[in-house]
This record gives sequence, C-alpha cells and structure tokens, in this order.
Amino acid sequence: MSSFLEVSHVRANIEQYHILHDISFHVPKGEVTVLLGRNGAGKTTTLRSIMGLTPVIAGEITFKGEKIRNQKPHLIANRGIGYVPEDQGIFHDLTVGENMRVAMKKENEETKERMDWILDLFPDLKKFWNKPGGQLSGGQKQMLAISRAYVNDNELLLIDEPSKGLAPIVVEKVMDSIHQMKERTTILLVEQNFMMASGIGDRFYIIDDGQTVQQGQMNELKQDGVLLQKYLGIS
Amino acid sequence: MNLAQVEKSTWVYVAISFLLFVVPFIATGRSVQFLIIQIFVFGIFAMSYDLLLGYTGIISFGHVMFFGVGAYSTAVLFDRFDPTMLTFALAIIISGVIAGIVSLIVGVLTLRLKSHFYAMLTLALAGLFLVGAEKWRKLTGGSDGFTFGLPDILRDSFALYIVSALSLVLIFFGLRRMTKSPFGKVLVAIRENESRTESLGYQVLHYKVIVSVVSGIVASYSGVLYILSLRFVDTSVFATDLTIDVLLMTIIGGVGTLIGPIIGASLIEFAHHWLSDLSDVHWIFERWIILYGTIFILIVVFFPKGIVGTLVDRFYKWRARRT
Repeated sequence: MSSFLEVSHVRANIEQYHILHDISFHVPKGEVTVLLGRNGAGKTTTLRSIMGLTPVIAGEITFKGEKIRNQKPHLIANRGIGYVPEDQGIFHDLTVGENMRVAMKKENEETKERMDWILDLFPDLKKFWNKPGGQLSGGQKQMLAISRAYVNDNELLLIDEPSKGLAPIVVEKVMDSIHQMKERTTILLVEQNFMMASGIGDRFYIIDDGQTVQQGQMNELKQDGVLLQKYLGIS
Repeated sequence: MNLAQVEKSTWVYVAISFLLFVVPFIATGRSVQFLIIQIFVFGIFAMSYDLLLGYTGIISFGHVMFFGVGAYSTAVLFDRFDPTMLTFALAIIISGVIAGIVSLIVGVLTLRLKSHFYAMLTLALAGLFLVGAEKWRKLTGGSDGFTFGLPDILRDSFALYIVSALSLVLIFFGLRRMTKSPFGKVLVAIRENESRTESLGYQVLHYKVIVSVVSGIVASYSGVLYILSLRFVDTSVFATDLTIDVLLMTIIGGVGTLIGPIIGASLIEFAHHWLSDLSDVHWIFERWIILYGTIFILIVVFFPKGIVGTLVDRFYKWRARRT
C-alpha cells in the first residue's frame, strides 16, 4: 500500500521547550496507524505539527507526495485532513446541528449521506440536535467531535485520545465507530488505552521523549511483553 | 419564504418594531423624542460593537473613531454643501467608505495577531483622529466645533425619529440575519476556539476582517444619525468615553445577543438622562456617575452574562427542569 502521510525527522518546540526531537513515521492509505507512548512523550504535539498548529523547526511532512510542513491549518484541512483534538474542540455556544454545519465544507448528496450514516451511528446526536454543544456529556462531545471530522470527505483523520475520560461503555461505542470509519478512510490515532488501540490499529509507532523509538505491526506488539513493559508500562 | 418556519422570536421583534413607529404619536414632546432618538443611535452603535466583541471575540478600544468619522463626514458635508437629502445620502456613502477603508487597514494589519493588538491599534488610531480633529480647525472647527443646517424634512423631530427608528429596525434585522447565517456561526466558532475553527478549514483572518469592516460601517452610520440629532459637531465625537459607554451598553445588555446592546443603550441613556434631572430633588443626583456606577456593579453581580444573556440562560434552565 502507498504511504500518503510521511513524517520524517520532525523537530518542534513549544515556546522554549524542545518537545519533538526526531519523529519519523509513515501512514499507509487505508490503514489505522497508532501512535503510542507515555504521557508527555509528544504524541499530541506530533498531530498538532501535522495540522500546522505547532510550528515545525526541522524535518519534513508530506501528504500525498506534497509538502505540507508549516502550512496554515486551514490549507492543510482543505487538503482533506480532518482533526479531532484531545479536548474535542466543541463550540459550546453552537448547537449540535450548528457544530456539524460549521464543520461541513460543502453540502451535497455525499455529505448528506455521510451525515445520515453518522446520525445512525450516534443516535444521541440526532436526539440532541438543537442542544448547545456545551451541555452535552463527555461521551456525546467526543461523538460530536469525531462526527465533525468525518462529515467531510476527508482522506485522513487525525484522532487524539478519543477514549480519554470516558466511561468504558462509551469507549466501546467510540471504538466501534472508529472501526466502522476504518472501512472508509485512513486514520492516524493517538491513544493511551492500549486495549482500544490494539483492537483498532494495523500498525503502531511508539514515541518516547519526542522520538519514534519502535514501530511494527500491531499484532506483533500484542505478543511483545518486553516492549509493552518498557515503553507503555503494561505488564 | 415559508412563514411557518420563521422563529417565534422574529415575530416578537417584528411586533416591537411596529410599536416603535407608534411611540412618536404618544410621546409627542421634543425632549422625549430626542431621548429615544439617542437610544436608537447608541443602540445601532452598540450593535456594531457587539458584532466585534460578542460574536467574534474582538476587543476594540477605539470603536469611537468610526462613529466620529460618520459624525464629521455628515457635519462637514452639510456645512460645505446645500443641506439636501442628496447631501445626506452622500454623507452616508462617504462616511461608510472611510470607515470601511480604515477598518480594513486596521483589520489586515492586526487581526492576524492576538486580539490585544487590535485593541491597542484602534485605541491609538482613535487618539490620532481626536488630535487630527482638534488640529485641523479649518475643516472641523477644533474643540469649539460648528453648527450646520439640515434638509427641511430632517429638521422635524418626528421625521428624524422615523429615520432613526427605521435605521435601527433595518440594521437589527440585517445583522440578526447575518449572525444566524452560516457566516455568523463561523464567527461564534472563531470567538470560542480560533485554532479549532482554522483546523476545520476556515481562513479565520478573512472572517475577522469582514466583521471589522461591517462593524466599522455600521458604527459610522450611527455617527451620521447622532450628528443629525444634535445639528452641532465638536471633537467629543472622538472621545474615548464613548467607546467605554458603548462597551458598557454591550456588556450590560448582554454580549452576543444584538438585542442586548439595544437594551443596554436604553438603560444607560435613560439612567444618564433621569439621574441628571434628579439633581433638583437631592444634591446626591448631581453626582449621578456614582449611582450610575452602583447600578453597573449591581447588574454585573446579578446578571453576569448581561441582562439578555442571563435571562436567556435562566429560561433554558427553567425549561430543562420542566422537561
């Protein structure tokens, strides 16, 4: 399969702190690639760097063969990359419907079909369509955040910790939705919950102290107790 | 348009708008009509500010410069040319163009940066306009100001009332349409989370500059109406106090509501008028600003989101409890 997101030797700072020292990985089309690592390893900063939200000081990022490093976030988004941030980024004063409409780049038959599919997947969103985003529960906000990124015909979704702070039953629901999206789009997932990540991911990269230190197929990682213990603290 | 789809609140606003045109037949006194015209003028000015602060989250400390541009353009044109309705139309166009150009330049220069740069630059520019108006005495008459004539039709306070009321209603519905449109929803998204809006694919700067220009043009129009009601202009139309007043009107009424700033303008204008008048009753009312401050503190304590914002919040909570 061809690689259509390529991140090579990326370095990035947040103010005076060096967060990313040497991040390299590639995301093949049609797969779910998972970035794993402990808290503070640089996973979220990696996603933000791809989206142009954190400036990259060295290295290169290419999407479908074109350089996108340090481009404006709206240009990157318009290339077909959807981003679900860690904090969900729900607009609290807009209703669920308005949140979805703001996210929609165009309204046509295809987006309508995607919207219907999403609302079948997350009936809660339909139920609370006219409710302000700020009044949703944590799980509903996460569903809305994922739906917003999915409603457009994005070729790549960057999803940051979708299970964070959610009850196990909601995590299952979110996991199920990502499973279904996997059939339609390519996903780069950041996830701390290894059980969830290993259930969805095809390929993994482990980030430690701002560097990619391990990579491979998710099936192999599940069997590798030493690696799991060393980098993820899972015994 | 399908009337069944029109929001209930729109019908309420339409009914209130009709009532506004009945008022001058009941309140026939010139001073009362003048007071209401002032409320309309500052209501328009405050709505233009709400577009910036309430909907897009942009703080301006020099919004008065657009108001002043409208006021001076009108006064100078009426002073230099025959006071006709054509001159009036020309004043509206010229003031709108100047305000549009100034707000475009300020917006392009600063809105890509953090919002306090816009606040600081507008403050500095408003100061510059004030000094310019004081120094360019040939044109502005300096701090002494000058009087000017109006077209016959606008000398009548009833006609001026109708023009102001019509302007308020049309601008209110126009801006309401804008804020309820997809464009308006993007503005709210920008206010709430700029980087998130950008990563959804929106060029945030364009939206902010467009809002800044629309807001500047509306503010300049309020300046045009203001000066028609006074028939006199001086440099006070560029005073920072007016920006503070309009900020208070917006905050007291409720930011991001449009109707809130009109209510805020009404309260402040009424408070100003009546508290000053009460000085004959007791000397304390000569210090009306103390009472004005007290009222402001009470409103901020009891209506933290402004009057309209807090009432709407309470209504939603009450409805949620019922269901």
